[in-house]
Amino acid sequence: MNTIVCIKQVPGTTSVEVDPGTGVLKREGIEAKMNPYDLFALETALQIKEVKGGAITSITMGPPQAGEIIYESFYMGVDEGYVLTDRKFAGADVVATSYTLSQGIRKISNYDLIICGKQTTDGDTAQVGPEVAEFLGIPHVANVGKILNIGKDSITVQMNMEETLEIQSIKLPCLITVEKDIYTPRLPSYKKKIQTKDKKQLNYLSIKDFTDSNEQNYGLNGSPTQVERIFPPEVSKEKIMLEGTSEDLSEKIFSLLVEKKFM
Amino acid sequence: MLKINQEKITEEIKKELMGICPFGAFIEGNNGLEISAACKMCKLCVKKGPAGIVEYLEEVKETVNKDEWKGITVYVDHLDGKIHPVTYELIGKAKKLAKITNHPVYALFIGKNITDKAKELLCYGVDEVFVYDFKELEYFVIEPYTNAFEDFIQKIKPSSILVGATNMGRSLAPRIAARFRTGLTADCTVLEMRENTDLVQIRPAFGGNIMAQIVTTNNRPQFCTVRYKVFDAPEKIARASGNITKMELDNNKLVSNIKVLGITKKEVELDISEADVIIAAGRGVKSEKDMAMISELAELLGARTACTRPLIETGWFDSRLQIGLSGRTVKPKLIITIGISGAVQFAAGMQNSDVIIAINNDPNAPIFNIAHYGIIGDLYEIIPGLISKIKLGDSLVKAVV
Ligand SMILES: Cc1cc2nc3c(=O)[nH]c(=O)nc-3n(C[C@H](O)[C@H](O)[C@H](O)COP(=O)(O)OP(=O)(O)OC[C@H]3O[C@@H](n4cnc5c(N)ncnc54)[C@H](O)[C@@H]3O)c2cc1C
Ligand SMILES: Cc1cc2nc3c(=O)[nH]c(=O)nc-3n(C[C@H](O)[C@H](O)[C@H](O)COP(=O)(O)OP(=O)(O)OC[C@H]3O[C@@H](n4cnc5c(N)ncnc54)[C@H](O)[C@@H]3O)c2cc1C
Ligand code: SF4
Repeated sequence: MNTIVCIKQVPGTTSVEVDPGTGVLKREGIEAKMNPYDLFALETALQIKEVKGGAITSITMGPPQAGEIIYESFYMGVDEGYVLTDRKFAGADVVATSYTLSQGIRKISNYDLIICGKQTTDGDTAQVGPEVAEFLGIPHVANVGKILNIGKDSITVQMNMEETLEIQSIKLPCLITVEKDIYTPRLPSYKKKIQTKDKKQLNYLSIKDFTDSNEQNYGLNGSPTQVERIFPPEVSKEKIMLEGTSEDLSEKIFSLLVEKKFM
Repeated sequence: MLKINQEKITEEIKKELMGICPFGAFIEGNNGLEISAACKMCKLCVKKGPAGIVEYLEEVKETVNKDEWKGITVYVDHLDGKIHPVTYELIGKAKKLAKITNHPVYALFIGKNITDKAKELLCYGVDEVFVYDFKELEYFVIEPYTNAFEDFIQKIKPSSILVGATNMGRSLAPRIAARFRTGLTADCTVLEMRENTDLVQIRPAFGGNIMAQIVTTNNRPQFCTVRYKVFDAPEKIARASGNITKMELDNNKLVSNIKVLGITKKEVELDISEADVIIAAGRGVKSEKDMAMISELAELLGARTACTRPLIETGWFDSRLQIGLSGRTVKPKLIITIGISGAVQFAAGMQNSDVIIAINNDPNAPIFNIAHYGIIGDLYEIIPGLISKIKLGDSLVKAVV
């Protein structure tokens, strides 16, 4: 069972603020880290490996320094890692990101299962997993909360819907996106860090390594969406104190609930 | 594309640009300052950076003929034919958007034994419902649903498609957007229509700390997802006039590599950290039997109940229902605290909630420092009053429908 896990580097905190005057993001002490949801994807792969064997490959698209999170995945137990990096990838939206990842995955080729996190903490779209699966022409199941069985040519999972839990058996190869808390992620091990230091190499891939080397399909060129502007959310942190007869107060809470659509 | 005018770069300008770029995209490369793959094309370096250093070069792209794409489509989210209310909210929005471009509003309904339920959609003012009703579409499995969706787009060519951001919608919409290599904007909170049929989509990102305005100007259809309870559902209309069209689909489009082995209704989870609405009780609630009214209120609002630590200690609650430093952290859309003083250890677990309503008879209770709505009064009078109002409101609504 060979697994590929998609991981992304994100800003260390989401508490970025936009300066309302200049429109510039204030980023004090923002360091990059692994998207926390991807730790669950990695742990799922590690758990499967413990039972079924095989190799785990982690893959990320990003700037060269995104290699840091690939190393972090090595310290958790991942066997091999790829960084897809190229100036031409700049400005990628979900379509371009997913297409780039699918090209990288085609290059790696030898896989049975691809695992993605539920979403990221920056772009926060939860769309990359399904789009990668489409570009690879394989089935996908999102919101996987449990792995129930891993067969020779299929995997059985529990999918989490709003009101129901669905058990689905999917033919391999396939892609799943996993819920947070599917397993508790292990911490990177110091021993593995020492073992892997200098021994494990990152593999870098760029457009010229892909079967599709048409620049029009990557980065900003390959992105159908355009971000026109970024601005701070309206802070409507109103603060209202209400006093009066209990009858009045009940009435006021009632209208408030209706107004805010909680009823 | 961004072009850096290297000859004008000084150390100072370098620093300034690095400071401006929110995504740390500027790096020192072999040829001087370079922009890495971290760039999100927010163009802040062009707009806010020193003039003439970073330029944005517009590239001429092949453009779609937007006149060929007509209509705003709402994807009908449902479970076994029971239509999810987000669908009606999207129909309401679609009707407003369609007025600007004079487009029709369509609904796309995919499932099994659903044709007779399509009438319901017409009552909300949809011009035409397209129905893919096949036994293979009984359960939501990705390939046949995507194929039906693709078939619809190819035949009808809608300009915009709105999908509810349910787990199903968030799995299906990206799949189909990728098939057409077109834009999909996630979790929009504002939608506006331009006269040239471009849909202006505004969405929060970075955990709600920034808003982004996104457009898909060169591709059709343009997709977006919207969460439940963001827009208002329209009134039902007395005389529905739209059509229901049954669609055909080749058998080979209905096959799947996924088998559904079982579906179970979810049990009510004890975990409160994902709850949308929470009613939290504190020591102001004097005895265990008074919890009945708290539970009743919670049930009426579809809320989960939770509590402060002292109520765990009394044994009235399961310890998983404690909010706070030594309990769970919650961030619901609404929390109503009832008889809670608002100690820092409690507040730590809930102060990022979207709307906080606090009921306490002590005007100096610290909970009022973090509440958005502070209600000063006796919970034993306010809660029963509120409960009867909600019940009355419910029966009025039912009488009208
Ligand atoms: C403010 C803002 C708003 C945006 N809104 C949109 C939008 O509405 N539509 C749109 O198309 N684009 C949008 N983008 C661009 C989008 O965030 C990026 O394209 C991003 O590369 C992928 O999307 P995501 O971060 O939402 O990932 P998600 O889809 O949330 O990620 C899900 C999973 O996919 C995998 N994954 C995601 N990115 C990578 C990667 N680079 N390398 C490896 N694995 C990865 C991980 O397993 C991750 O857990 C937005 C960007 C910003 C800054
Ligand atoms: C290390 C540590 C960790 C802790 N962790 C937590 C934690 O995780 N979670 C937690 O909740 N606590 C925690 N605590 C306890 C915390 O300090 C408070 O003691 C506790 O939150 C108080 O709970 P309360 O608001 O229900 O009770 P009280 O503080 O007694 O408040 C009751 C409130 O009800 C009001 N009231 C009374 N009667 C009425 C009425 N008829 N109508 C309206 N209002 C009325 C009163 O005015 C009062 O404000 C922790 C404490 C320590 C030291
Ligand atoms: S466009 Fe935005 S993300 Fe790209 S380099 Fe300029 S400031 Fe950074």
